[in-house]
Amino acid sequence: MDVQVIFFGSIIDITLVDSVLLNNCTDLDSIVNDLIERYPALANKKYFIAVNQKMVHENIKLKMGDTVALMPPFSGG
Amino acid sequence: MDLNNRYIRQIILPGFGIAAQEKLGKAKVLIVGMGGLGCPVLQYLVGVGVGTIGIMDADKITKSNLHRQLLYEEKEVGRLKVEAAAIKAKAQNSSVNIIEYPFELSKNNAAEIIKVYDLVIDATDNFSAKYLINDVCVWLQKPVVFGAVSGYEGQVAVFNFSSDAKPPIHYRHLFPVQPAANEFATCEETGVIGVLPGIIGTMQAAEAIKLIADLGKPLNNRLLTYNFLAARWYEIEMNSSAEVPLIDEHFINTTNYQIVCDFTEADLEEIDIDEIDVSQFLDLKYDSNIFILDVRELHEYPTIDFSHAQIPMSVLKESIHLLPEKPIYVLCHQGIRSIYAAQLIKLHKKVEAYSLKGGLTAYFNRVSNE
Repeated sequence: MDVQVIFFGSIIDITLVDSVLLNNCTDLDSIVNDLIERYPALANKKYFIAVNQKMVHENIKLKMGDTVALMPPFSGG
Repeated sequence: MDLNNRYIRQIILPGFGIAAQEKLGKAKVLIVGMGGLGCPVLQYLVGVGVGTIGIMDADKITKSNLHRQLLYEEKEVGRLKVEAAAIKAKAQNSSVNIIEYPFELSKNNAAEIIKVYDLVIDATDNFSAKYLINDVCVWLQKPVVFGAVSGYEGQVAVFNFSSDAKPPIHYRHLFPVQPAANEFATCEETGVIGVLPGIIGTMQAAEAIKLIADLGKPLNNRLLTYNFLAARWYEIEMNSSAEVPLIDEHFINTTNYQIVCDFTEADLEEIDIDEIDVSQFLDLKYDSNIFILDVRELHEYPTIDFSHAQIPMSVLKESIHLLPEKPIYVLCHQGIRSIYAAQLIKLHKKVEAYSLKGGLTAYFNRVSNE
């Protein structure tokens, strides 16, 4: 089951790519754990998560083709 | 209708009319930050005929502002931004009342100033100001048009405004806890292309006009993120988070907005780091008994011409065990992140760590002058 994860702003400083395709992730928590395993620095980073362009605050089940976004705060002006 | 009216081209728009123009004329808008975002916001609010506009910024114009802060001229370098901006605004539209605040927003003055305005534009460039604006506006129930940039991307949203019965969304619903200043690099450190805050600031002006004149659908439950390189907008529907504290006067009074270091590393601030200047560093840079570490992010410029290791600040915490057991000299763009990096290294690796004062900016200034 493929889920696309897309990154924004300074999250890309850690991942060095703007998106990854993950499989075997059935819910949001498993995605986050998988990402932290690949990119340990994400564990100390502030961001919020959106699934299919909707902000999500809790663990939810994911389905094939979902898009998960990691959005950090921006502070420049 | 007076066809010589300067606002005639907007008044004749469907749904606009004299009514919208009158709302704009009566409105009071505060722009906090007169930099890359604040300049276009002010220009368009002045043009459209907002009655009263407060502009706040403690900074003076520098040469490196001119590529993106297009209100300012070369001959004005060194002048207060609000002073220069007010002159331009009055010249463009003499009927607009401009109020200058040549100082920073603080806990002591924020409520007093903000309560006079109908709407606040967050055009600031740091988290301390963004969280203070957010909290004071939540307390006083003032809508905020938020804007921010990071590298080639920008965010825009309307906070603290609800057009239906739902409780309004604000910045702490997205990011409940204020990040420390050292968690995210600033524009001075990572660079910014002038047109990007121009686009985001212009969007902020557009949303402000819509809110005041009650036009269309405001951006209150959506965060728009613009990517300059991809020429794409990404829209995220925002919703409320249970983690958000009750924000009132007491909360604001007891909150520290000047967070320099990550609070989970509170003992870090206690660690003294010796800073070395460029002359000392030049004597040392080929010494094989030391280890030179660049903590800039991989995309940062320029590259350096002596041997060194690079571990970006964004992954340093997790990589400290990779460092050798010898004195470590840390470098970054301006010598700010490198102090924090040296503290982390000294705390977790137990080796001596030093920071290059003024960073690579100071180094290249010296080297190119020789």
